[in-house]
Amino acid sequence: MTMARAATPRRSFLGHSYNLVGVVASLVILAWTLIAIFAPYVLPHPIGDIVDDDYFGPMRQGLWLGSDYLGRDMLSRVLMGARYTVGISLAAVCIACFSGVVLGMVAAVTGGWLDTCLSRFLDAMNSIPSKLFGLVVVAAVGSSVPVLILTLAVIYIPGAYRFARALAVNINTMDFMTVARVRGESTFYLIGSEILPNIMRPVLADFGLRFVFIVLLLSGLSFLGLGLQPPLADWGALVRENIGALPFAAPAVIVPSLAIASLTISVNLLIDNLPKKIRDRDA
Amino acid sequence: MTSRVLNLVLKRLGIAAITLLIVLFAVFFATSMLPGDTASMLLGQAATPEAVAGLREAMHLNDPAILRFLRWLLGLLHGDLGTSYANEMPIATLIGGRLVNTMKLAGITALLSVPLALTLGITAAMLRGSVYDRTVTILSIGLISVPEFMVATLAVLLFAVYLKWLPALSSVNEAHSLTDLVRIYAMPVITLTFVISAQMIRMTRAAVIETLSTPYVEMALLKGASRIRMVMRHALPNALGPIVNAVALSLSYLVGGVIIVETIFNYPGIAKLMVDAVATRDLPLIQSCAMIFCLGYLLLITTADIIAIVSNPRLR
Amino acid sequence: MSNLVEVRNLKIEARTDSGRLVEIIKGVSLDIAEGEIVALIGESGSGKTTVALSLMGHARPGCRITGGEINVNGKNMAAFSEKERARLRGTDIAYVPQSAAASFNPSSTIMEQVIEVTRIHKLMPPEQARQRAIELFRALSLPDPEGIGARYPHQVSGGQLQRLAAAMALIGDPKLMIFDEPTTALDVTTQIDVLKAFKSVMRAGGIAGVYVSHDLAVVAQIADRIVVLKGGEVQETGTTADILSAAQHPYTRELLAAFEPKPRQIQATGDSAANPLLRVNNLTAGYGPVKPDRQPVVRAVDSVSLVVEKGRNLGIIGESGCGKSTLARAIAGIHPAAAGDIVFDGKDLQRAAGKRSREQLREMQIVFQYADTALNPAKAVEDIISRPLVFYHGLDRQARSKRVDELLDMVRLPKTLRYRHPSELSGGQKQRVNFARALAADPKLIICDEITSALDTVVASAVIELLKDLQRELGLSYIFISHDLSVVETICDQIMVMYNGERVEQITPDKLKAPSHPYSKLLFSSVPKLDPTWLDGLVRDPELVSQYGHR
Repeated sequence: MTMARAATPRRSFLGHSYNLVGVVASLVILAWTLIAIFAPYVLPHPIGDIVDDDYFGPMRQGLWLGSDYLGRDMLSRVLMGARYTVGISLAAVCIACFSGVVLGMVAAVTGGWLDTCLSRFLDAMNSIPSKLFGLVVVAAVGSSVPVLILTLAVIYIPGAYRFARALAVNINTMDFMTVARVRGESTFYLIGSEILPNIMRPVLADFGLRFVFIVLLLSGLSFLGLGLQPPLADWGALVRENIGALPFAAPAVIVPSLAIASLTISVNLLIDNLPKKIRDRDA
Repeated sequence: MTSRVLNLVLKRLGIAAITLLIVLFAVFFATSMLPGDTASMLLGQAATPEAVAGLREAMHLNDPAILRFLRWLLGLLHGDLGTSYANEMPIATLIGGRLVNTMKLAGITALLSVPLALTLGITAAMLRGSVYDRTVTILSIGLISVPEFMVATLAVLLFAVYLKWLPALSSVNEAHSLTDLVRIYAMPVITLTFVISAQMIRMTRAAVIETLSTPYVEMALLKGASRIRMVMRHALPNALGPIVNAVALSLSYLVGGVIIVETIFNYPGIAKLMVDAVATRDLPLIQSCAMIFCLGYLLLITTADIIAIVSNPRLR
Repeated sequence: MSNLVEVRNLKIEARTDSGRLVEIIKGVSLDIAEGEIVALIGESGSGKTTVALSLMGHARPGCRITGGEINVNGKNMAAFSEKERARLRGTDIAYVPQSAAASFNPSSTIMEQVIEVTRIHKLMPPEQARQRAIELFRALSLPDPEGIGARYPHQVSGGQLQRLAAAMALIGDPKLMIFDEPTTALDVTTQIDVLKAFKSVMRAGGIAGVYVSHDLAVVAQIADRIVVLKGGEVQETGTTADILSAAQHPYTRELLAAFEPKPRQIQATGDSAANPLLRVNNLTAGYGPVKPDRQPVVRAVDSVSLVVEKGRNLGIIGESGCGKSTLARAIAGIHPAAAGDIVFDGKDLQRAAGKRSREQLREMQIVFQYADTALNPAKAVEDIISRPLVFYHGLDRQARSKRVDELLDMVRLPKTLRYRHPSELSGGQKQRVNFARALAADPKLIICDEITSALDTVVASAVIELLKDLQRELGLSYIFISHDLSVVETICDQIMVMYNGERVEQITPDKLKAPSHPYSKLLFSSVPKLDPTWLDGLVRDPELVSQYGHR
């Protein structure tokens, strides 16, 4: 309801209305995305180089975010970490949502035994806790980047499927679906042209939410030492490496934590403050 | 309870049973994919190929997977969880005490977080749009957005490093007095409470807000009912299903939460046991731990669904 | 103060999605004397419910009372705090909602909710309240007045719930009752019982009322005065007799004109009996598992036969649950029949749409009641209409665009609407687009399933006129399904009456005055007339009512 958010001023642009929180959140996400793409070109120091005599060095000129447990430049490591955290998570969430949404829509439109089998199987998969699944699979097959991406994707397919199927089942009961069916349309047309445009918005929100889950799970696995293996390091691994800095509250442990939080909180805030399409009928 | 409700509940239980079977199957196969040959690992580097082959035979490792799965299942039914590869102790013994520790941790967390989260969620929904509601909403978004280890790290930073109230690590064996007990459980419980409450608050708030916008709540308003009455008498009884669901779902996050929390605080629970077992590739131990986690998770979800069915007034 | 209610220059604002404020009630004034029943009538969006709710000092979320006075029993509701208003709600002013089914809390018993007002305002001890409720149930002629209170809302029928909602309002002994379209969702035979019950308790208690409705004939039975609203403004006010006989305002006249029967001139076609377009023989359709004798467990349509001749229309009429929609869906193949034959244009049709040829699907189109759900909200009007053009006729972009213009023209819509999305159209416009899509297939038969039921009276009668014109131009045949006799009567050559899944009678419109089957008699006699004395003078055979009334 618009009333509840009346206190946050909304601006309008291109037929959509925005609010400040949404804009700031999108800017943070955009910034991390750009860093993930261009990180190798903007690193102040090579990530493996030991540039500080001291470990857990404080923030100072030249070492803007201090140094890590070996005296390496934290800024460079966090920038490179963005590449792994954002990249792996994004790839995984794309696979998870694409497969889940397509399967969900097909199940909803086709119904019958296909729907029953698929739902039963994926619901069973869903009742394996995600961390547990990650733990076992990563331990079993190792934790190279492709394995991580696939594992994370597989873990979140059932959720994406369930969500998309529920939406598609609702749309499927609409009369325009019946009209299209008795017109003789194919399943492909039904899911692509009739259902998808109507569930796009919630599916995108779900995509964002799932992205957050994946970032959190990836970070969690890396923190346990089961994620990305050295010399590669994502943000979760950076926290693990530098956990010894905790008693000194050095930037080495705080900065990667903040990086994770800034990304996930921004995505969550963006979902809650998505631009609204203005549907103003002239009264 | 009418026969219709009974039917639905039985059907739900049937589904849970099928799900359990699929999950057990998945857990078994995922763990059998663990790299390295168990037999040669057990015998160490110096083992002769003959000895390895003999052990493989003795452990039925050459049998088809499906046969091993059935044998494992049969063992489970007899309460036989198998023997740990790493230290050759019966797994039931290894798990026993650890499981109690984890249950304690989870139980205390649930006792603390459920009332807390429900109160916050319901009051936020009642005062929707107020400063209080916004604060609760923003804090809970913040909490669900950060990884558990970060909540734990921040808690350590605040309570152990900065305030020096609590120790950073837990050791259950040192519990001699009530203060010791608080000191041991405080950090893991605080962390877990934060982690699972956030989700519960959000879902409870959404469920109550949804029922508050129904025509029967408007009807109550037009009868002159007070805000409290509208919420307590009309909204809450109908939001019960979704709220119970939210509670169960959030409690199931405990499963993920304890894995991280037990590792960080070095808490001697079953999750720590499992993480260690992954490190030593102790197959039967991993299988058993994973099975216990899945069972707990499934139990919570099924309970939630059954309560939702029973509390649905339209099925009365 | 002489009147019970005096509303002066009431203004209410609503906030749109973009945060813009729109005045939806633009200075409405009205009076209600003690014991008087005033009807607020108007089409959807006219603000009638908003005005009625404002009498209780309530504005729905997103709306706000911004100006004017609302004096009820000498108290200005507009100036009161929410707490003061709450004290008057349920005691001075009570509300009977449009959908009682949605307005009863599903998780508590009916009795508990009926006497809730007495608990909230501490009017009387619960035991006394229960006795009072039972008296009210009896006065509202509810069955089993002693026991009905112990049930839950979903265990009681819609007509009964509506009367229970009235009991819930009456228990606080209000001076003013607000009825918000209380019979709109009911069948005509049920509506009569509810209207009679309302009228008698209001009269007996000398209670003033506001009756919100879009149906002039219903209002004529119960109201002393009528206020006509449109676009948030009062168009005309007058006694019921004056409005019905000597309406001044053009809009009121339009409303009245929509009630005038415009019988269809019977077309003189050739030997039509030898020329059937559709023949359905002993069609049975239903739900649930199929029994060994190949009959479904729940039979919604029970061996119905019918014939539609080329260029002629068949009306199917009956109350909710009589199986008329299932019959339409079975013919269209959406809900495949369990038994029976469908012969279309001389050829046998498969029962399931999925097994029919594309050409067969094209020639028989179905149009649904709710254009809101029948049009994909994510698509522009031109995309909606062009899809059958591509799918059936394979038209290229240019030909398609030209044809969309022609089709919009046919359904009397401006060409500029083609770029709009359904949410940007009015109800009548949406239904025309819905119809244009069916026309795009170039069908021989169009099945119209309650297509005017969701529309305002004036809009609906315009759509019916359009259908008649199109039939003349294109030589179409319609199967017209409706619960509204007056609609069917104006467009159909044959009318089939359905009850409980069976066809009870088929007659021609000119014989409507004298149906032979007892159910048709009951059904036809239950349709409200514009005459204010109709309800009081209505005498129904009690045996018929107990046999066929749903209650």
